[in-house]
Amino acid sequence: MNNILVLPMVIPLLTGFVLFFLRPSVRAQKLVASLSILSLIAVSVRMLLKIRDAGILRLDFGGWKPPFGILFVGDSFAALLVLTTSIVSGLILFYAFAATERRHENMFFYPFSFFLVAGVNGSLLTGDLFNLFVCFEVMLLASYVLVTLGGGKSQLAESMKYVAINVVASWFFLVALAFLYGTIGTLNMAHISVRVAEAGQGPLLSAIAVIFLIVFALKAGLLLYFWLPGSYSSPPAPVAALFAALLTKVGVYAMFRVFTLIFYHDSSITHGLIGAMAVLTLAGGSLGAVAYKDIRVIASYNVVIAVGFMMLGLAVFNEAAFRGSVYYLIHDMVIKALLFLAVGSMILLTGESRIDRMSGLIRNYPLLGWLFFITMLSLAGIPPFSGFIGKVYTGLGAVEGGNYWLLLAGFLSSLFVLYSLLRIFMNCFWGETTITREEQRPLNKKKLIPLSLLGALTLAIGVGTQVLAPFVADAAHVLANPEIYIEAVLGEVQPDE
Amino acid sequence: MKGNDVILRTVSRIVVFIILTFGVELFLSGHNNPGGGFIGGLVLSSALVLLYVVFDIETVHQGVPLDFKKVAAFGAMLAVLSGTAAAVLGHPFLSQGFGYFDLPIFGVTELTTVTIFEAGVALTVIGTVETIILSISKDV
Repeated sequence: MNNILVLPMVIPLLTGFVLFFLRPSVRAQKLVASLSILSLIAVSVRMLLKIRDAGILRLDFGGWKPPFGILFVGDSFAALLVLTTSIVSGLILFYAFAATERRHENMFFYPFSFFLVAGVNGSLLTGDLFNLFVCFEVMLLASYVLVTLGGGKSQLAESMKYVAINVVASWFFLVALAFLYGTIGTLNMAHISVRVAEAGQGPLLSAIAVIFLIVFALKAGLLLYFWLPGSYSSPPAPVAALFAALLTKVGVYAMFRVFTLIFYHDSSITHGLIGAMAVLTLAGGSLGAVAYKDIRVIASYNVVIAVGFMMLGLAVFNEAAFRGSVYYLIHDMVIKALLFLAVGSMILLTGESRIDRMSGLIRNYPLLGWLFFITMLSLAGIPPFSGFIGKVYTGLGAVEGGNYWLLLAGFLSSLFVLYSLLRIFMNCFWGETTITREEQRPLNKKKLIPLSLLGALTLAIGVGTQVLAPFVADAAHVLANPEIYIEAVLGEVQPDE
Repeated sequence: MKGNDVILRTVSRIVVFIILTFGVELFLSGHNNPGGGFIGGLVLSSALVLLYVVFDIETVHQGVPLDFKKVAAFGAMLAVLSGTAAAVLGHPFLSQGFGYFDLPIFGVTELTTVTIFEAGVALTVIGTVETIILSISKDV
C-alpha cells in the first residue's frame, strides 16, 4: 500500500476546500496554507526517499489492479518534480502573503493556488493517460481563475486568449486520447507502451503521436508559444511566477513521459520533429527576449527559451541528455519563480515596466539587485549556480549522440539569455538612481525573505548537486529504460491473457 | 417573468416535487444501475433552476437559503474525504465497501460507502450549476 503517493494531490485539494470556508479570515487562511505547504514538503521528501529505497511505487485507486483501474505511479522523476513544485509553490505563496491585495485574497486567491498545485502534482504522479488529462484540467481551471482574478482591461484580454488556446489544446488532447484508445484499447500508460511495442509504431500510431506532440507543445510552449508572452506578462507577480514555474513544466514533463515511455519506436519522425521544434523555439525565444523592452515580456520569452532547451534532451534521446533535462527542469522551476518574483517586485517598486524608464535600482534596493544578478548568472548556466549542471549534461548527451547542431543552438541560446537579462540589469540596476531616499518605497522583509530563499535554493542546488545526483541518475535511467517503469506497473499482472 | 403565468406557477409547484423525487431515485440507483451522483445532481439542480425561473431569486432564496459556492466546495470536499477515509483505514485511496443491514422499515438493505462519495459529487454538481445560473442571471 503506497497511499503516500496520493497525498501530494490530496493535501492541497483538502487545503483548498478548507481555505474556501475560511474566506472571512485572511489570517486563518495564511496559517492553514503555511501548515499545508510544510506538510506537503515533508510528504514529498518522504516519498522521494521511499522511492530510493523501494524502487518505483504504485498505488491502485480503490484496489483495482492495472490495467483496469486508475493508478498513481511514483518514480524518481515524478517525485523530484513534486518536491520542487511543493517548495517553489510554497515560497511563491509566502511572497503572495505580502504582495496580494486584500480584495484578491478575499476572492479565493489561496484556494485556487492550492487547486493549481493539486493539479500539477496529480499530473506528475498519474500513471493513466486519461487521468493525466483530468489533472491537466484541474490545473488549468484553477489557472483560468487566477489569470482573470481582479483583472483590468489588458489582463482580461490576455486571459481570454489564454483560456481559448487552452480549451482548444484540451480538445486536441481529448481527440488524441480517443484515437489512441480506439487503436490500442487501453489508457494505462505502461499498458499502452506494451501494446504499442507489440503492434509496432506504424504510420497510424505515429500520426497519433504527432497529435499528442501538438497538444503538449501548446501546453508547454514548444514552438507553439505565441500565446505565452502575453498571458504570462499580464497577471500579478505571484500568479505569473506560479504559471512560469509550474504550468509549462507540466507540459514538458508530459512530453517526456509520453515520448520516452510510449512513442519511442519511430524516433526519426517524432524525435526529429521535437528537435526541429526545440531549435525553432530557442531561436524565436531568443529573438523575443532581446527584442522587447518590457521586463515582464523579456522574462516570459526566457520561459520559452528554457522549454526549448529542455526539449533538446528529449530530442537527443540518451541517458546523459535526460539527466541534463531533469536537472534543468528542477533548476528552471526554481529560477523562473525567482525571476518572475524579482521582476514583479521591480514593477511594484517603480510603477514602471519598461527598461528605459528605470535606473539605478541597486542603490535603493541592493539585495534585490544582487538577487537579480544571481538569477541572471544561474539562468545563463554559470557555476556554481543550478543552471550549470543541467547544461553540462545536456551538452554531454548531445556530443555523445552526435547532435552538434542541437548543441550549438542550445549554447547560443544561453548567450541570448545572458544578454537579455544583462540588458535589464544594466538599464534598471546600474546608472544614476532616479528615486530619492525620501520617495523610495520600502521593500518589506516579507517579500525579500522568499526571494532570498529562492536565491539560496538555486545556489544550494548548484553546490549540492552531489546530493541530488543519485535521484536524478535514477530518474534518467528509468526514462531511458521504459521496461523498468512497465515492470513496476504491470509486473505481477499478466495483461492481454 | 411578468404577466399571466398562473398555469406555469401551478404546474411547477407539483412538477418540482416529481423532478426532485426522480433526482433522488437516480442518485440512489447510482452505483449499480444507470444513474449516480452526477446525473442525480443535475436533475436535482434542474428542479431548483425551474423554481428560479418561475419565482424570482429572492423568493427562492428565502426558501433555500444556501450559498451554492459553499455547497459545491463542501461536496467536493466530501468526495475527497470519503476517498481519504479509506486511506486512513489502511486501504488504497478511494477504496469502497458495502454491507447488508436489517433496517426497521426498509428490510434488508445494502448500504455502501460509495453513496457518500456520490453525495459529494451530487452536491458539487448542484452547487456549480446553481452558481453558474445565478451569476449569468445577475449580469443580464
